Parts: sequence; C-alpha cells; structure tokens
Amino acid sequence: MNKKTIHKPTTSFKGLIGWIDERLPFFSFIKKELGEYPTPLNLNYLWNFGSLAGITLVIMIVTGIFLAMHYTPQVDMAFDSVEHIMREVNYGWLIRYIHMNGASMFFIVVYIHIFRGLFYGSYKSPRELLWILGVVILLLMMATAFMGYVLPWGQMSYWGATVITNLFSAIPFVGDSIVTWLWGGFSVDNPTLNRFFALHYLFPFLIIAVVGLHLIALHTFGSNNPLGIERTKPEESIPFHPYYTVKDLFGLGIFLLIWSGFIFFAPNFFGEPDNYIPANPLVTPPHIVPEWYFLPFYAILRSVPDKLGGVILMFGSIFILFIVPWLDKHPVRSGRFRPFFKLFYVLLLLTCFTLVWVGSQQPEGWPLFIGRVATFYYFFHFLVVLPGLSKFECSLPLPVSLLDIETGKKEKHS
Amino acid sequence: MTTILESNIAANKKKVSPQKNRRDFLILATGALGAVGVGSFIYPLIKSMNPARDVLAASTIEINLKPVAEGQAITVLWRGKPLFIRRRTEKEIQTARSVPLKDLLDPQTDQDRFKTHPQWLVVVGVCTHLGCVPLGQKPTDNKGEYGGWLCPCHGSEYDISGRVRRGPAPRNLEVPPYTFLNDTTIRVG
Repeated sequence: MNKKTIHKPTTSFKGLIGWIDERLPFFSFIKKELGEYPTPLNLNYLWNFGSLAGITLVIMIVTGIFLAMHYTPQVDMAFDSVEHIMREVNYGWLIRYIHMNGASMFFIVVYIHIFRGLFYGSYKSPRELLWILGVVILLLMMATAFMGYVLPWGQMSYWGATVITNLFSAIPFVGDSIVTWLWGGFSVDNPTLNRFFALHYLFPFLIIAVVGLHLIALHTFGSNNPLGIERTKPEESIPFHPYYTVKDLFGLGIFLLIWSGFIFFAPNFFGEPDNYIPANPLVTPPHIVPEWYFLPFYAILRSVPDKLGGVILMFGSIFILFIVPWLDKHPVRSGRFRPFFKLFYVLLLLTCFTLVWVGSQQPEGWPLFIGRVATFYYFFHFLVVLPGLSKFECSLPLPVSLLDIETGKKEKHS
Repeated sequence: MTTILESNIAANKKKVSPQKNRRDFLILATGALGAVGVGSFIYPLIKSMNPARDVLAASTIEINLKPVAEGQAITVLWRGKPLFIRRRTEKEIQTARSVPLKDLLDPQTDQDRFKTHPQWLVVVGVCTHLGCVPLGQKPTDNKGEYGGWLCPCHGSEYDISGRVRRGPAPRNLEVPPYTFLNDTTIRVG
C-alpha cells in the first residue's frame, strides 16, 4: 500500500509529457500559470502593456545579441563598426533600427504600464512588492538604455556619458573618486566605452531575473482590475488562455505595426541628428539633450540651481516611487471611484508631459520657470496630495463584485 | 522511563552549555574568515575598474604660445579633456579685476587665476557642473552675459577670468598645474 502511494502519478499529463512532467513539472507550471491562471474578467486594454513590455525586452535582447556580433567596443572603431552594420551587414540596418527604436518603444510601453498602475491603485496592498520590483526594473532599464546609447560613440553618446557620469561628482567627499572609477580614467574614454559595452550586455539579463520575481509577485495575488475590488467568486475570473492570450496577441499586432512604422518610415524620429557626428572630446554640441525618455528627469535636474540639489531631486523623483504604496493609503484602490484623486492624477500626467517639453528646451526664461513649477508639483503630488487625499477624500460607492457591474452594463445595453 | 530520559536530556544540556560558547566562537570565526575571503575577492574586481597604468601615465605637455595673438584663444587636448588658453586683452584684464568678490559664486580674485603673466589665462575647459565644454573659444561663439564662456548643457556662465557667475556650476573653471618654461612656452601637468 505504501508503495502505491509513493508511485502515485503527480501529474495530469499522460505519455511522454506525463513522464517528463512527473520528473520536472514544467508542463504543469505552464498550464497553471499561463493556461488556467484565473484572471479578472474585466481587464481593459491598459492591462496589455505588461506583456508588451515583456515581449519588447525579448526583442531587444535578441537584436542586441546579433548587433554585438558586429559591433567593436573600441573608441577608434565603434562609430565605424555601427556604420559597417548599417551598410555592409545583411539586414544590419534593420536590426539596428529595430534595436534603436525598440528602446523608445520599451519606454513608451513601460511608462503607460506605470501610469496604469498609478491610476488603478495597483501598488496598494497586497501588491507593494510587485510595485517595488517594478521600480527596480525601471532603474535597471534606464541604466541599460543609457549605456547602450553610449556605444555608437557619436557626439550625443559621448557628451551624454560625460554629463550623466559627472552626476556622481556631486556626491560630497567621495564623488570625484567614484567618477574616476566609473570612467577608468580622467575623462570618458576607451576604458569607459569598453566597460559600458560589457555592462550593457549584462544588465538585460538582470532585468529578466527581476521580471521573473515581478511575475511571481503578480501571480501570488493575481492581477488587479479596473474596479480595484478583490474577486470573491469564481465566476469573476476567466482563464488566461485563450481569453487574455488572444487579447494580448491582438494588442501585440497593433504595437508591432506602430513599431514597424517607425522602423521603416521614420527610423530617426526619436534620435538626435548630432549622434551621427563621431564623438569629439573638444566640442560639446550646442543643443545637447538626452533621449526623450530621460527628458522629464533631465528637466528636474536643470530646474534646481544647485548641483547636488539637482542630482538629489532627480534621483528622488524616481526613488519616491518606491514609497508610493505608503504615501497613498486611501482604502479605495481604483481611481475610478475617487473623484478628487482623478483630478490630481490628470494634473500629474500633465506635469510629466510638461517636464518632457521643458527638458527639450534651453534652461532659461519661461521654460526654466515652468520647469520649476512642474518639478514642485511632481513632488507636491506624491508628498502632499496623495497623503492628504488618503485622509480627506470620500470615494464613490464601490460595486459589490466584478460581475455585478458587468452584468449591469449588459442589461443596460440590451 | 520518561524520567530517565528527561534527566538524561537535562544532563546533556548541562554538558553542552559550556561548549556552546566555544561553538559559537567557531561559527563566528568561520563567518569572519568567509567575509574576509569574499572581500578579498571583490576588492580586485572593483579596483580593476580604476584607471589602468597606461591611463595614469598621461604625462605633461608643452605648448608653444607664440602664434597666439592678443584676444585669441586656443584649445588643447590634455588628459582627454580640453584645455583653454586665452591671451587676454588689457581691457579684459581690467574688467576681470573690477569685479567685487561679493558678486562671485566661488570667490577668487583675478590675480589668483593666473601664474606670472596676467594676459595668459590657462584653465581646464570643463564645466564644473557636469563636465561639458563651455562655448566661448571661437570669436563667433555665444560667450554669455559675462563675456567669458557659456556652457550649453545647463546654462552656466563664466567670466573672462573663468569664474562661474551664473547657473548650476558650483566652482570656477579649474586652473591646472602649469609653469612657464620661457615667455612663450608653458608646460602643463
């Protein structure tokens, strides 16, 4: 009897797959986490952006590895090796443009993903660690994108690298030694390019690891939903496959169309023309700007008239996201039922767009003033508005279940 | 029977307790040695990213100033960074000297900004904010309100003495160590 219970099959699969699954429960895992995974039935299209980000990461890694087969991380050859990729390598232009525009696409998708979470309270209990892991991914993404942009060794690459590594010189006492250590010299030069290449190769794999943790945290409590209320009945969930795999695939189709649009018709839309000039340590381009996805942070850096202060506020603008779950303690999760939160949320969104614009302008006159106002509101929103609303805002009546609203809607329409 | 067992356990406990301290020490010692081992592995990895010997060997350079006319500026590459050398006019020196110290963000008199020849200003052409090269070397450049240099990255402005007057830069343009070998040649470094 003992023998029988010991050898009782632990898998529902049969045949060869059953044999494998009993020893390595891979198929059970896929079935549980991708097939049956119970998902709220009312997710809207804003929930597509998580899977889009994942797919973009995979495309970036694949194109990146193929680019690395032709790229030379050496100051005298880096720029030429990229041109070699563009002109000589079979489909090199395509792979490079996919990778180049992919970075922009990645940030678009991730920014929408973040603002989705901010509106629907996806960072609230019990999903705080899910959110925090997301901020870690964002930081890793920024570091990766920054180092990748340095590799072509154009003017913007060189001066962007100089400015960003110099940020660390603002740290009192140890700042200069840290910068020398990062550079491996007394200016951005070959040792810098060389190590940025190694780290740009490494970081995406760190991102993959954190994305794994992100997904484990997500699957522990399941997805949030537009109503922001927990599921209590099994009828409120549908299996992930085929319902959301198909929805994600549809979204992916649209996304790839847009991405292809940029690759084939406006490949340099997001880029700076100055990066087609080989790096020159003697001349800073007159209009030096970072990639568009860093503009809001750059705007914050420049709106503070003090070096260390600017650096602290710029890093603070991201690090503040870590504590959002504790700044917004309002018991209602979804912004849909919080009339005042909604207003301030729109204001935050406008602030961020404004900061992008300010970052692209010269730091003087009106843009500087607007930048200061926007920077002030950005921090005001997180440090004052969110805690304030948590205390004083009365929410609208919440629905009882996901099903009630959905069936209610259907009855109204029919 | 249980009483015997309990008494045995109690006896063992008594025996063990003096040894426990010794065992704790062993665990601590092992842990400490492990930490030292890990540290001595990480240290060379971190150190390997500091400037290598060939970079450190970046030596001194000598610059011939003879061809530089009054009011003209030249840029020289030194340790991967541009070096600004400017032959100032008498008027520019007067302007630089007339600035009261209280108007400066990083107070320093013009006399402290050059060695022996007031007309020659030698500074590292790197903005002390985040390391861009300020504009102002070419006659056509926008030199900013103070007539020296204007950093295009974050709008810092420097006067004709290379002192920061406006913007996020915290310090004046750095004066490198240099000496005049004769009236028309300097050695930097």
